Amino acid sequence: MVDITITVNGVDHSLSVPDNTLLSDLLRENLRLTGTHIGCDTSQCGSCTVELNGRAVKSCTLLAAQANNGSVTTIEGLGTPVDLHPMQAAFRDNHALQCGFCTPGMIMTAIEMINDSTEPLTADQIREGLEGNFCRCTGYQNIVKAVLAAQTQLRSA
Amino acid sequence: MYSFNYHCVSSTEEASALFDSCESAVYLSGGMTLIPTLKQRLDYPTDVIDLRGIDDLEGIVAEIGSIRVGSRTCHADVACNQHIHALADLAGGIGDLQVRNCGTIGGSIANNDPAADYPAALLGLGATVHTNNRDIGADDFFVDLFETALEMGEIVTAVSFPQPQRAAYVKFPNPASRYAVVGVFVADTSAGIRVAVTGAGSCVFRATAIEDVLQRDFRPAAVEGVSVDHSNFNSDIHASQEFRGHLVTEMTKRAVAKIA
Repeated sequence: MVDITITVNGVDHSLSVPDNTLLSDLLRENLRLTGTHIGCDTSQCGSCTVELNGRAVKSCTLLAAQANNGSVTTIEGLGTPVDLHPMQAAFRDNHALQCGFCTPGMIMTAIEMINDSTEPLTADQIREGLEGNFCRCTGYQNIVKAVLAAQTQLRSA
Repeated sequence: MYSFNYHCVSSTEEASALFDSCESAVYLSGGMTLIPTLKQRLDYPTDVIDLRGIDDLEGIVAEIGSIRVGSRTCHADVACNQHIHALADLAGGIGDLQVRNCGTIGGSIANNDPAADYPAALLGLGATVHTNNRDIGADDFFVDLFETALEMGEIVTAVSFPQPQRAAYVKFPNPASRYAVVGVFVADTSAGIRVAVTGAGSCVFRATAIEDVLQRDFRPAAVEGVSVDHSNFNSDIHASQEFRGHLVTEMTKRAVAKIA
């Protein structure tokens, strides 16, 4: 077992987990934060994306121990049902989700892309940035539209 | 994933002593190859030694005529370096955004995947690999398929890249993984033109026939008609040997055009 101290969505946790526990499993099984989804479990689909120490990472391809002493933000840490984060609101407004499985990962990645860039992103740059996130139902048109819309709002805020 | 003992160490001395004392240990850097490998049970070490607690392995330092990139520097940070544009360009094209935030240069070169991008940059620029024991020139570092000059338990600490006069990297990426079906790094260095090819063979190599031609005439058209022996190239569902041979010439032309 390995002892882990981790801040998730601003809350400190100390727990002991098997050495081979993945970060995605720690979040879902130990902390019951099931908004982080496990789609492919092979580091391709990006639905497990969370922010670790300010950067988007695929939590199914990190050991929980690698996040020891780190700070994680999951989809649950962004907004509330009555007060959505601008990116969440833009996804809703632009019909950027159908089944919603990929959405938490799309949103976590999209937020990092905007935070990382000083210049407004073009639609092509957004597509490139979402390379590691798969949607298998809605298609990408509305996702790109939503990120463009959220970016306008986030940058003017 | 089978069970293993996880360790986080704070120095290379501690890491290598621990490595020697374990039945079968592996080092963990970014984990972008290792963790999928463990999950698929393709490897089953008794111990995983995480190098992230070691100071001084992360970051890029500009030196006179070269830059030194710490082995635990992630691809996203190399992609932001202002010193060698071709290297930044190469790092920004690896995998996807999330992978670039975790994967490291040291992990990539120690793994020496035949389709990885970094080996082409090291060989193309004539880089030097620093380990906890010695310095190894890129020409001697990459030995064969997933094989390097590293001894058991040896740890890559940094890579020094000499500043080229001009350089460019162009790859034909696999549309799903973004690994190089073929990638070519062309550099005009103080030691002449160097052309390194990844993805085509079992290991990165220098295309010396192309280097000779470009040394005399540095134009895309000059590469036309240079014959590339593809008899030992990889052949798989993504590309035949012949196609990879064609891509070596084509990617070289594009890299030269990008520079000129």
